[in-house]
Amino acid sequence: MELGYGEEFELYREGVREFLSKNWPPPGKSGEGIDDQAIRAFRRNAVEAGYLYRAIPRRYGGAGREPDLLEAQIIREEFRRARAPMEIGGISTQMLVPTLLECGEEWQKERFVRRTIEGEIIWCQGYSEPGSGSDLASVRTRGELVDGEWIVNGQKIWTTQAAEADYMFALVRTEPDAPKREGISYLLLDMKQPGIEVRPLRQITGGTEFNEVFLDDARTPADWIVGQRGQGWQVSRTTLKHERNMVGNAESAEKLFRQLVRLARSVDLEEGPAIDHPEIRVELARLWNEVLIQRCSGYYQLSRSAKGKSAGNLTLMNKLAFSDFAQRVSDVALRIIRGDGLLEPGRRRGGNEKWLNQWMGSLGLSIAGGTSNIQRNIIAERGLGLPRDVVGDR
Amino acid sequence: MDFDLSNEQEILQETVDKFIGNVCPITRVRELSERDDPYDEELWDRCVDLGLGGLLVPEEYGGAGLGLLDAALVVESLGRGAVPSPFIEHTVAVLALRLGGSREQKRKWLPGMAQGDVRGCVALGEQENAWFGDRWTTRFDSGAGGREGVRGTKAPVSFGAGSDLVVVGTAGGGLVLVEGADPGLRFERIDGIDRTRRLDRLEIEGASGSVLSARDGIASRVVDAWLVLLAADAFGGAVACLARSVAYAKEREQFGVKIGSFQALKHQLANMALEVEPARTLYWYAAHAFDRELADASCAAAAAKSAICDRYLRIARSAVEVHGGIGYTWECDIQLFLKRALFDGLYLGDSRVHYRRIAESSGW
Ligand SMILES: Cc1cc2nc3c(=O)[nH]c(=O)nc-3n(C[C@H](O)[C@H](O)[C@H](O)COP(=O)(O)OP(=O)(O)OC[C@H]3O[C@@H](n4cnc5c(N)ncnc54)[C@H](O)[C@@H]3O)c2cc1C
Repeated sequence: MELGYGEEFELYREGVREFLSKNWPPPGKSGEGIDDQAIRAFRRNAVEAGYLYRAIPRRYGGAGREPDLLEAQIIREEFRRARAPMEIGGISTQMLVPTLLECGEEWQKERFVRRTIEGEIIWCQGYSEPGSGSDLASVRTRGELVDGEWIVNGQKIWTTQAAEADYMFALVRTEPDAPKREGISYLLLDMKQPGIEVRPLRQITGGTEFNEVFLDDARTPADWIVGQRGQGWQVSRTTLKHERNMVGNAESAEKLFRQLVRLARSVDLEEGPAIDHPEIRVELARLWNEVLIQRCSGYYQLSRSAKGKSAGNLTLMNKLAFSDFAQRVSDVALRIIRGDGLLEPGRRRGGNEKWLNQWMGSLGLSIAGGTSNIQRNIIAERGLGLPRDVVGDR
Repeated sequence: MDFDLSNEQEILQETVDKFIGNVCPITRVRELSERDDPYDEELWDRCVDLGLGGLLVPEEYGGAGLGLLDAALVVESLGRGAVPSPFIEHTVAVLALRLGGSREQKRKWLPGMAQGDVRGCVALGEQENAWFGDRWTTRFDSGAGGREGVRGTKAPVSFGAGSDLVVVGTAGGGLVLVEGADPGLRFERIDGIDRTRRLDRLEIEGASGSVLSARDGIASRVVDAWLVLLAADAFGGAVACLARSVAYAKEREQFGVKIGSFQALKHQLANMALEVEPARTLYWYAAHAFDRELADASCAAAAAKSAICDRYLRIARSAVEVHGGIGYTWECDIQLFLKRALFDGLYLGDSRVHYRRIAESSGW
């Protein structure tokens, strides 16, 4: 066992640092002066230098490097230290792009990948329907191939950023006579068309990030399909895998923990700063242990996959571990903010009541991308090899 | 021993449940909660017609002369319906008068409070979580030096604006009565997370006050009663969250079966029931201990408030999870309860404060 990265990698780190010292902040700019254009330009340079979108081939706008998880880790560490922009996050780049790279046609990759990673186009994920959430394979939105076009009818729900999105990747039933999981195709749809209507849904926080999407004779060309007809379920599994990696991430846990520590420093309980309070200190220590577990488990997963080996059940646990952690952090935050938690977080911006959004948001986290129960089923059945439930069509 | 409700108490609760079903079902709660001010004059009038205004007013002043336990039963029902009613605040004001008012003060206010001419509220907590008497800074000067009157800031005050009588907590743990119409009072609305409760910041600048008896511990008895009522509200809300979750599990289908068929969900719901149901008797006990002035009344009030409000928060969160995506929406009624759970949990001190009070007064 060796925790250092080794001499070769430390040299690599120096290279990253040198790049950053020359490029971030952009020469001659600071604060307000760093506009979107400057950020874009920086990202392009970083891709050119091989630091961002490394796994994506050059012809699709990526850096086209051999996968090297340790290098990738060093880049993350150094970019974070310099507060430099990293890859654009979210479902477009972290779910759709890897899926296209893995299962898409050549023309699809050429057409969509570069524009997506450069932030030019935004995608939404059209999976869930009113009757199909945990039981995703029961989707009923229908697609029929008529004269070289898919005609799509049905409804999607809880679709995050559908209102802003240019395109949707959707699960659509195209083979009504096939068994449940074999009758679904993975279609790409242009959101800006008369057959698609987006209606915002109000979330528990009062915000409207997710939507209902009504598909009424929505159209998409016959070849806007990823994988073969009826293979959509398999294709979507690759996407979900990416979603779970995205959420179950030791770095997010650490970031959240640091925010909590900052809160505890800034708030006085009756006896002085919350950070000095023995009970709060114990709670923080408990959470810190969790951060450490997630970090070590992240190192291990990293090391295993660098060697092309499996990290076992750990990979099935990332999402649940993180959403539970986020919930515990927000519970402690609530104990620190106390009376401020009586206030509406939306309007009086800037006060500690904004932690209520984190508190409620952590609930969303335990539902989106597969509920915690479903995560536990996955751990039990796929991980521990237990028999499937005897009830239901699972 | 007969640790159970009396017939009359059962009937009282049934009556209130039926009343809420008719007058303020959840659809109405929703309408009220979408307004800037959820307080509804007509709803309060109907509550008074039912006799709720004078529930704790002694019979000689025209009330029903009942105890805190009876009031708590009513509050449980209101909490189950998430009803935006100032019943708790009004009732605590009645109790303050009952405990600390002179004959004259009682004669002046209590009959009106029973009949509905006078709505009472109580302004205790101050900025920085100063919920209890030892940290209030609001001053009452009774004349010397021409600075007569009450001065200070109370926040957040629930269902304060528009009330006719304000019971104000003063430095050192005293209580003063101030008329709602006094020009020295200024209510300024605060946007709260719980939209079923009106919240204000109350600036008091030289209002004329009339002191309630400074007899030892009146203010802390008033706080105790309020804690018990918040616990009763939390219990009612938790019951509603459980009932709604169970109903949803029997109705929603995934994988071709009711989701309640999955043992994971059954256990989740059973755990919720396990947290909720036994807690009912804790708020009963706390209310009873208050009414009988048992030695551990204060401790029981703190226990009921902290234990039941903590549970309410957990149950409301579980209820969201059981509902899946729908549970995470504004449209789903669970959000009203989740936010009431935050209010019940944080108003008059979060559970940590009360756990500490229990530990400190326990003798162990
Ligand atoms: C904030 C947020 C953003 C979202 N964004 C998107 C998006 O962009 N695109 C998209 O397609 N979807 C999105 N979703 C939807 C999300 O994926 C679904 O809500 C989720 O999969 C659950 O489905 P459901 O809401 O239908 O709940 P249901 O599946 O009806 O679940 C209800 C309850 O039953 C339980 N349950 C169901 N089946 C089982 C079982 N077999 N065993 C044990 N328990 C079970 C669940 O755990 C849950 O507690 C989002 C959701 C949220 C909250």
